[in-house]
Amino acid sequence: MNRIVDAIPYARFLGVEVERNDGALECVLPFRHEIVGNPALPAVHGGVLGAFLELTALLHLLDDSSSERVPKPITFSVDYLRPTGPLTTRARAEIFKLGRRIANVRVVAWQDDRSRPVVAGNGKFLLS
Amino acid sequence: MPTHQSSTPPRRYALQSLFGPGQDGMVSHTPHAAHLGIRVVETGPGFGVCALPFREELIGDPRRRVIFGGAITTLIDHASGLAVACAVEELTAIATIDLRVDYLRAAQPDVELYARSDCYRLTRNVAFVRAVAYERTADDPFASALGTFMLGANRSDSPFERLVRAKEGGGE
Repeated sequence: MNRIVDAIPYARFLGVEVERNDGALECVLPFRHEIVGNPALPAVHGGVLGAFLELTALLHLLDDSSSERVPKPITFSVDYLRPTGPLTTRARAEIFKLGRRIANVRVVAWQDDRSRPVVAGNGKFLLS
Repeated sequence: MPTHQSSTPPRRYALQSLFGPGQDGMVSHTPHAAHLGIRVVETGPGFGVCALPFREELIGDPRRRVIFGGAITTLIDHASGLAVACAVEELTAIATIDLRVDYLRAAQPDVELYARSDCYRLTRNVAFVRAVAYERTADDPFASALGTFMLGANRSDSPFERLVRAKEGGGE
């Protein structure tokens, strides 16, 4: 899986790593200054969190299929649930519906406490 | 009788002194925007335009050389936060509640990308925005988005406050 991450320049740009915990694919976004949105808090940039969720959904789909082709996002929506702090963010995705052409994926991310998610996302991808 | 033209009565805007084209300095306070190379191209009453230069590091699909959707989300999120800041009467902390991005087509590689966001409704607690992202003209977007933002979300200083103080105080 880390081979796929290495093949996606943007994943390297964000510094995303991939782990497999309890059999599930888990994406890890380590905290660093370059991903901060508001330095006064400091909080991770909302766009970075959205991008991280979208990347997690995409990697989950690639992991789940034998295709090396990157699915194309059709729409992605992000709910910001709690403020983030200067901590590592983790995310897991779940395929809600895998159709012949479209996959519906949900993603949840948390920081120190998995039962307190910070962002949640839902995306539809065109499988090619 | 309904009317189908929008009319905006003149009012005060907190960032009025910063309105206009060429507002490059407005991203310096946001580490990630600076890291991405996002520029503020223009601001005005209730809207903001940002640019994202093309970089190989931002590619999401190496086969098609298309920028990763998430980088576009960041550009749109940034332009949208800016649009809200350009809509409020008094500066306040702004936090994204939700953002939905529709990817209408693949963004063209090797060119600078733009996002324009408009805050089309402002209430006491919530701001509503719509945005488009494009290479050349807002009439031919490759992505469109809708978002909501919470006003007065936390007690921290708005990052724009220092900029306005510097501008109105006659420079840094």
